[in-house]
Amino acid sequence: MSENGQFVSLQGVRKRFDNLEVLHGIDLDIAEHSVVCLIGASGSGKSTLLRCINLLERVDAGTIVVDGQTITEGKVDVNRLRQKIGIVFQAYNLFPHMTVLQNVTLAPRKALGISRDKAQAHARALLRQIGLEDKAEEFPDRLSGGQQQRVAIVRALATGPKLMLLDEITSALDPQLIGEVLELVRELADSGMTMILATHEMSFAREVANKVCFLDAGVIHEEGTPSEIFSSPREERTREFLARVLEGGRL
Amino acid sequence: MGHFLHEFFSPLDFLRSTPEVWNGFKLNLELMVVAEAFILVLALLLAIVRGLPGRAALPFRAAAILYTDVFRGTPLLLVLFMVQGFATLNYAGLSSGSLFRNGVIALVLVYTAYVTEVYRAGIESVHPSQRMAARSLGLSYMQSLRYVVLPQAIRRVVPPLLNDFIGLQKDTVLITVIGLTESLAQANFYQSDYANFTGLTVTAVFFIFLTIPLARFTDHIIRQRERRERAQVV
Repeated sequence: MSENGQFVSLQGVRKRFDNLEVLHGIDLDIAEHSVVCLIGASGSGKSTLLRCINLLERVDAGTIVVDGQTITEGKVDVNRLRQKIGIVFQAYNLFPHMTVLQNVTLAPRKALGISRDKAQAHARALLRQIGLEDKAEEFPDRLSGGQQQRVAIVRALATGPKLMLLDEITSALDPQLIGEVLELVRELADSGMTMILATHEMSFAREVANKVCFLDAGVIHEEGTPSEIFSSPREERTREFLARVLEGGRL
Repeated sequence: MGHFLHEFFSPLDFLRSTPEVWNGFKLNLELMVVAEAFILVLALLLAIVRGLPGRAALPFRAAAILYTDVFRGTPLLLVLFMVQGFATLNYAGLSSGSLFRNGVIALVLVYTAYVTEVYRAGIESVHPSQRMAARSLGLSYMQSLRYVVLPQAIRRVVPPLLNDFIGLQKDTVLITVIGLTESLAQANFYQSDYANFTGLTVTAVFFIFLTIPLARFTDHIIRQRERRERAQVV
């Protein structure tokens, strides 16, 4: 817990790639056990923001505090930090040369040093919870997209993270496969996992989020409860974005 | 035409030269196995060094690049003579053991440069998102390389790797010029003893029969893995 009582706290975070500044000073607080949804058009900086929080990207300015630890200055053990923060990507990124079970047990065994037997037992228990225990010995390519993404979530959970970052995890899925993935995320939210989601699923954001942030061109344009953002947005840009999404039939 | 057939494909000479050529060929096999063992390991290390990130690793990267540039650019025969020359400077007399060793050194120096590039291409062919996924799970750089990147990279480069090794197998006959009595030397001896070139044909047959099963074996391995990992739409 950081000083202001928040589990994750960002202040003035800036990130540039070459000449393009992708994040122009982001301030964001996330309380423990809460779910924050980042919405906004592609290229608004949602993914970059998530990647800065587990140091896959280094910020150029500003501070990020996670679980009381300032991760943007001094020497930080990135491997330790990332074991506390799970991230799931749009493209699943499962390891194709490993079975489902090997995918899930790799980090617990090699990064945490847990014995093979214990890691496998834990992985099987997690897979059982999501109904994929019978796929433990399969290779990822044999699974459907929805199953692969659920395995990716379980893989990220296997190191026992206290924070989950979900980066548009349903964007690559066929519509009929989205439900099973969102169901798993909903269960995670119910279990009290602190989560930050970048998502285009507005109805899902409305349902699970404690806070919704609208990002536009690298700044958080508006933030509030789901009903504030979705029902009565104050900013013109937020309204425009939601109107566009509404036309796309996503709300 | 009859003369040509007799000179290169005489059945009698084929049978008579085979044991001698086989004796020499065993040395080619030894050269090949020993050199390949070193090359597989050294080239992998060099490829890893070439991929190391950060400014601190710059001198190591530069050294690895210099090495591949120099030894990929120098003809094997030249390297062989230089190794041999270097050895005669330092040691009195040359046993057949030191000829073998010098041959191995020359083969390893040159082929390591090639194979490093093959490994490197394999490592670079693994999508960066794989490494990113591994790192995001809290695995270190080296763990990500070892468990996620290299296994995928190596299986992709098996065919080009085999190709280089077929080249290496054939180049083991070059070691004959520093005086090692391998298969080509035996074939030449046979030719000077019997005035017949069939020994060369025998040597060629040995090499061909060595490479064909190896190529089929590699195909088999690749297909087996494909079957295991690829989705089969039923």
